[in-house]
Amino acid sequence: MEEYLKIEREKEWRADLRKAIKNKERIALQRVKMPSLDPMERIKYQDREVNLGLDMESAKAEAARCMDCVNPTCIEGCPVSINIPKFIKNIERGEVLEAAKALKETSALPAVCGRVCPQEKQCEANCFYTLKLKKEPVAIGFLERFAADFEQNSDTISVPETAPENNIKVAAVGSGPASLSFAGDMVKLGYDVTVFEALHEVGGVLKYGIPEFRLPNKVVDIELESLQKMGVKFERNFIVGRTASFNDLKEEGFQAFFVASGAGLPRFMNLPGENYNGILSSNEYLTRVNLMHAAEDNYDTPVLKGKNIAVIGGGNTAMDSVRTAKRLGAERAMIVYRRSREEMPARVEEVHHAEEEGIEFLNLNNPVEYFADENGRVNRMRVQKMELGEPDASGRRRPVVIEGSEYDIPVDVVVVAIGVSPNPLVPSELPELKVSRWGTIDVDPETMQSSMPELFAGGDIVRGGATVILAMGDGRKAAAGMHQYLLTASKTDKEKTEAEAK
Amino acid sequence: MYKIVQKEQFSEKVVKLVVHAPRIARSRKPGHFIILRIDEHGERIPLTIAEADTLAGTITLVVQKVGVSSTRLCNMSPGDTILDLVGPLGKATHIDKVGTVLACGGGVGIAPLLPIVEGFKKAGNRVITVLAARNKDLIILEEEIRQWSDEVIIMTDDGSYGEKGLVTTGAEKVIKRENVDECIAIGPAVMMKFTALLTQKYQLPTQASLNAIMVDGTGMCGACRANVGGQTKFTCIDGPEFDAHKIDFDELIARLGGYKEQEKEAWEKVVE
Repeated sequence: MEEYLKIEREKEWRADLRKAIKNKERIALQRVKMPSLDPMERIKYQDREVNLGLDMESAKAEAARCMDCVNPTCIEGCPVSINIPKFIKNIERGEVLEAAKALKETSALPAVCGRVCPQEKQCEANCFYTLKLKKEPVAIGFLERFAADFEQNSDTISVPETAPENNIKVAAVGSGPASLSFAGDMVKLGYDVTVFEALHEVGGVLKYGIPEFRLPNKVVDIELESLQKMGVKFERNFIVGRTASFNDLKEEGFQAFFVASGAGLPRFMNLPGENYNGILSSNEYLTRVNLMHAAEDNYDTPVLKGKNIAVIGGGNTAMDSVRTAKRLGAERAMIVYRRSREEMPARVEEVHHAEEEGIEFLNLNNPVEYFADENGRVNRMRVQKMELGEPDASGRRRPVVIEGSEYDIPVDVVVVAIGVSPNPLVPSELPELKVSRWGTIDVDPETMQSSMPELFAGGDIVRGGATVILAMGDGRKAAAGMHQYLLTASKTDKEKTEAEAK
Repeated sequence: MYKIVQKEQFSEKVVKLVVHAPRIARSRKPGHFIILRIDEHGERIPLTIAEADTLAGTITLVVQKVGVSSTRLCNMSPGDTILDLVGPLGKATHIDKVGTVLACGGGVGIAPLLPIVEGFKKAGNRVITVLAARNKDLIILEEEIRQWSDEVIIMTDDGSYGEKGLVTTGAEKVIKRENVDECIAIGPAVMMKFTALLTQKYQLPTQASLNAIMVDGTGMCGACRANVGGQTKFTCIDGPEFDAHKIDFDELIARLGGYKEQEKEAWEKVVE
């Protein structure tokens, strides 16, 4: 890996680029700003992407800020180890299609990650500018998106090379980011990969969860087409363990499985009145709007609209839900979060966008009870105020109740976005599979292999609720682990046959 | 794409559809259901599997016209295709040899009751089935139910067939007459509520199959949540069958009306 980075860096064009501009001048350049739609305009549309992307000029200027470090620490911050300087330097010299190719060497979904990764906690947190210069990092995410979009909009979409087919069938269970990343790597190694999806559309959270205004479906679909061109097969409406059992699939020739069925199970708080009509999980709310197109007139699925909508939670799902509520016409769209702004797990950019759109933030507030009208529809919620105490196990300061601080807020829709639990469907079909007491599948963290040798797992079914890019990193690790396992298994088989022959 | 291979009109409002879905036909068990979406613009709706033919690779669905999607489904013909169909979903019915089983079905609830009645009979139980509906036309699958029941009692609200009265009248007659070990009730929420109240009086263990609003059917959203014994359960993965004496039926009934306005609006659009 280090050797590869070194060889790439020493290529003549990279050396020339480094000489072209003095480091001092690079450092003096200002970080680019992402242009976006006007907030008052964009809240009228559920499906208009807020960020507009960079143009060639600003992308090149931003790429010039990158110092092409000898030791590119940024890569360590990337869960799928994208060769960041290589793709950025290609943008600097105007070879954007080459930049896109560099992204695809290790990432199955660059146009997605450029949009949804929390870069401030990953690659950009490890940028030389952040670490050593205490300056704003190179906008790696914006540049990734720029290169991926440039390629998507060109008519020369590169399909990564694949090894000759080895006719070994493997299955991925679920079609979210972990599976797609796994499938991309396995098909490159020559495997016959089938991705099984329970819903009618492929993409997992990229389709049902993250809204159009943040991640257009069109962008996801083009990445899926690339995978299909590489030979990945997709089976929709298919629940592994139900529609067919793992044993059925083994009999059909599948030799190994990658389970990435996600942490789809929404958590509720078990508060009095939480089952009144109008109170729903963020998964239900976002699925209705994103997957089922409930906000569009010519689709059959309904969605509840309201004047006063409260979203409980402070993560990305909460931000997506509250901004969706605003776009569906809520007069008051509120975030109710029990900690303060600093502890919010949501991406900084999304919190900022939500603020611009007029979302109210009731931080240090926690719901305790719901009330309903005579038809059983929620009309009021009782919250209590919190203050921050000592740091807890997660290192975040623990919210503590302020006694006697309860007050009521009128609400007609409440969206609960306090997190998810692992989906129990797969573990319940495999009693011999080792799971933790939280229901996540136990795996070797290096190979992602579970207690059943032919079964690997990754993403939220292993981590609980995490991010797209961590799921993708797991997919890559699992592909490497499974490849190794199948190589060893086939060798042992061969030896056995040979021994028997003797 | 899932092809409709056969259709039978049970009454003006109720049809039976036989759909080609070989994988599901092979793996389904009594109590399981599917979710389908008619076309690109359709919604996902749950329907119980009434019968399956593993040789022909088909499953049987019984649909009653109640709103936009069910009406469109009822108007489809053999040869038409359903875009998406996934399953089998839910937990299968727990079937044991318990002795005498009292099976109560109301309206289209008779369809999901059929495989359960068959299952209990095949497990060696004495099965007494009470079928109830508003009128004669709405009593469905009578012949198939009789095939697997030791006795069938038919109740209609208007007395147009069998005895006049509600399902509970027929059920109570049986309970008073002989020893019953287990009861299962499937039908409209109100019918299950009153059946549960009746059997509670006689301390007769009772299962009810809940018909909550669903979206994905795989435990992802909680639209189908119900209060069972003070705990929130997801009907699609924890159920659909639960101990009827622990179900908060009033909450279930209120939740079933959660989208009434939108359903009415959608219906008016179709009528226009």
